[in-house]
Amino acid sequence: MLETYLVPLLKIVVLLNAVLVAVTYMVLLERKVIAWVQVRLGPMRVGPHGVLQPIADAIKLLLKEDITPARADRWVFTLAPIVSMVPALIAFAVIPFDSAITLFGYPITMYVADINVGLLYIVATTSISVYGIILAGYASNSKFPLLAGLRASAQLISYEVAITMMLVSLVVMAGTLSMVGIVRAQLEAGMWYVFVQPVAFVILFIGGLAETNRAPFDLPEAEQELTGGFHTEYSGMRFALFFLAEYANMIVVSAVATTLFLGGWLRPFPNVGALAFLDLVPGWIWFLGKTFVFLYVFIWIRATLPRYRYDQLMRLGWKVLIPLAIANLVVTGLLKVLL
Amino acid sequence: MFDTNELVINMGPQHPSTHGVLRVVLRLDGERVIDANVVIGYLHRGIEKLCEYRDWGQIVLITDRMDYIAAASNNLGYCETVEKLMSLEVPPRARYIRTILAELQRIASHCLWLGTHAMDIGAMTVFLYAFRERELILDLFEDYCGARLTYNAMRIGGLPLDIPPRWDAKVRAFCDILDEKVNEYEELLTHNRIWLERTRRVGVISGEEAVAIGLSGPALRGSGVARDIRKDEPYAAYADFEFDVPLGSDGDTYDRYLVRLEEFRQSTRIIRQALDGLPEGPIIGKVPRLIKPPAGETYHAIESPKGELGYFIVSDGKSNVPYRFRVRPPSFCNLQALPRLVKGHLVADVVALIGSIDIVLGEVDR
Amino acid sequence: MLEAIVFYTLAVFTLGFGVLVITARNTVHSVLFLVANFLCVAVLYVALAAEFLAVIQVLVYAGGIVVLYLFVVMLVNLKAIPEAQLDPARRSRLGFAIAAALLVEVSAILVYAGQRAGPAAPAAVDTPARGNTELVGWLLYTDFLIPFELASVLLLVAMIGAILLARREA
Repeated sequence: MLETYLVPLLKIVVLLNAVLVAVTYMVLLERKVIAWVQVRLGPMRVGPHGVLQPIADAIKLLLKEDITPARADRWVFTLAPIVSMVPALIAFAVIPFDSAITLFGYPITMYVADINVGLLYIVATTSISVYGIILAGYASNSKFPLLAGLRASAQLISYEVAITMMLVSLVVMAGTLSMVGIVRAQLEAGMWYVFVQPVAFVILFIGGLAETNRAPFDLPEAEQELTGGFHTEYSGMRFALFFLAEYANMIVVSAVATTLFLGGWLRPFPNVGALAFLDLVPGWIWFLGKTFVFLYVFIWIRATLPRYRYDQLMRLGWKVLIPLAIANLVVTGLLKVLL
Repeated sequence: MFDTNELVINMGPQHPSTHGVLRVVLRLDGERVIDANVVIGYLHRGIEKLCEYRDWGQIVLITDRMDYIAAASNNLGYCETVEKLMSLEVPPRARYIRTILAELQRIASHCLWLGTHAMDIGAMTVFLYAFRERELILDLFEDYCGARLTYNAMRIGGLPLDIPPRWDAKVRAFCDILDEKVNEYEELLTHNRIWLERTRRVGVISGEEAVAIGLSGPALRGSGVARDIRKDEPYAAYADFEFDVPLGSDGDTYDRYLVRLEEFRQSTRIIRQALDGLPEGPIIGKVPRLIKPPAGETYHAIESPKGELGYFIVSDGKSNVPYRFRVRPPSFCNLQALPRLVKGHLVADVVALIGSIDIVLGEVDR
Repeated sequence: MLEAIVFYTLAVFTLGFGVLVITARNTVHSVLFLVANFLCVAVLYVALAAEFLAVIQVLVYAGGIVVLYLFVVMLVNLKAIPEAQLDPARRSRLGFAIAAALLVEVSAILVYAGQRAGPAAPAAVDTPARGNTELVGWLLYTDFLIPFELASVLLLVAMIGAILLARREA
């Protein structure tokens, strides 16, 4: 009785705290990495090498004046950043950090829940987070943020289609929708799915960039954009929440990509016995390492590439990624049947 | 079936991408630009009128402030115009050093152009890389005349200062660094698919139209028109040097980008030749103490980094201030092409096109 | 016991949001309450062990269809058409009559269904190890293949229609 409720509750508490800290430090990571690419140092003053910068930022944002536009819809205005942030957080419930570790003699699974529609659950939470952007644009009670918000959400919905189609081919490979199941399938297959489904990996990566409004797909929130983006009227903690939501989404996408393609908590070459010494490193460290690599690449791409224009972005999503995903699905299905 | 209205939106004068205080009023049909109305004048300081109350030597200081990105080019144009009016002979050493300074300014101006243009299109790292090189040039100028932005580096008849010791070695070292870095910029942008999609076939203007509007500089050469005052009417020491003038073919933003990128390389080529052949001698010619050009008028133009920078000066022979001081700023004339260029494009392209024309508001408004 | 608490709480919320959908003044609020309603229904599905249906409800219905409703509502609101106030005189007697008829019909169905013997247990009971998704998939592609194909054709027609409508007369 206690285990059914207490352990998941503890897991949730630990996970939420870890994610929120990770998200705040992502801000620092991004500033540092982009600075290093640009021959600069980034934050250096607050704490040694700027390590306490996120705390300073958080304090500043909490102390800022809370401005709500005059005729804006107050409930929706406050709701929008929350609707942006919460789906990103709850998506972590199904992400497996490891299979099971033994803590004080109790075996504890390193995921909050292993539901048998885990993958669909994650896609569902992504589709709810679209509301955050639409509501933000609407609540600002101004023409331009509204249009910018609608455009940004159209972008999100388009790429969601491509990602979902691509996920189907993965499900065909693994035979299950459960996240833990997919990692186990990779263990049985003896190799990470990135080698078996490279096209799907590319689609997930590009789609992930677009879903999280990251460069090169960040026109809706770029400063050069005339309309100023959907979060023009936001300031203080609400504004911060939007950006934290973006980073949280990035972490979700990286974690999902790790689970689906890089074998989750599996060590490299899980089928090669000679490398068994790598098992000394616990699975969740492998997981975190791989997720971190993804996050680094996200930031690297932002520092390097120019951004797509909106129509080019949509064309890429609809005319390139979706046909590619469908083709990938057909080929995967055929091969699965024939082999 | 559905009725859509035209939307009029205002971009600037306070805007991160208009490169100064420029205001563009756009008429949109959905996302497409139907028309653009450029409103200037926010940086007007009355330079031309001001110069009617300054004597000939003081005006050099004021010309710095027009195209403040490439201040020495403005100095050069003005000094040469007055020298033409007074039929003054500038000693060869001064002409060579002036050429070096002008080419360094070309590189500095193009660095800024590249950085801001790339940043507007989203590649923010190039901004910092380009400014790193611009800092090197500013250091060279600081070595030479003590200032980083507004140099007052030339005098009527020559130069006030000779080059400091070991300056030529520093300039040579800089040229080597720059050639390497230009290859880096090319790697980042020239064959980047996203860059190509954002700049190819954006803002196409044909050669005839460009000449009709009065474009000059890289904006004109990007459309394939081979007009470069350094070649056609050489001034300073350009006649002594061998260099190519890059030309584009399609007249789109990408071609203008390639032209300016190649101009980096040609500038270092000129600087190296100038340093190699630097003659000895005085740095200022025989100039009377009180400069009073004879009555008359003259127009003289140089190829500034942005285009044809011309000065039309009228002297009445009696006072020690000009009667009329008129500047033909390249940015002002090039900006006239903006409404023609943005027509039919999307809003996101407007920013790319303003960057592609390369304007500086100090020159546009004076 | 716990199921009862969960069910009744969810039921109250679902019905509450449903009522708010029709009584909200602001159209956008109305749509948002609809989303909340769908989310509660999704949780109800989970309580009924139909997790596939729950996730699809969120993904497709709440996350796709209602987003489109919201787009339309927001774009239409832009023209600042004053919202028609419901004043009592407009509630026609016809409306009440239709509502009453529907109520009678629904109650009749419930009573009738309650009296009939329940249908045979679905095939799922024989193979309890199969998940929801697989079952739904099997049914869709075997017993309900034709309705599935017809539904896809319908969606295709709707997509083509939307593209045609949105195309400008170039």
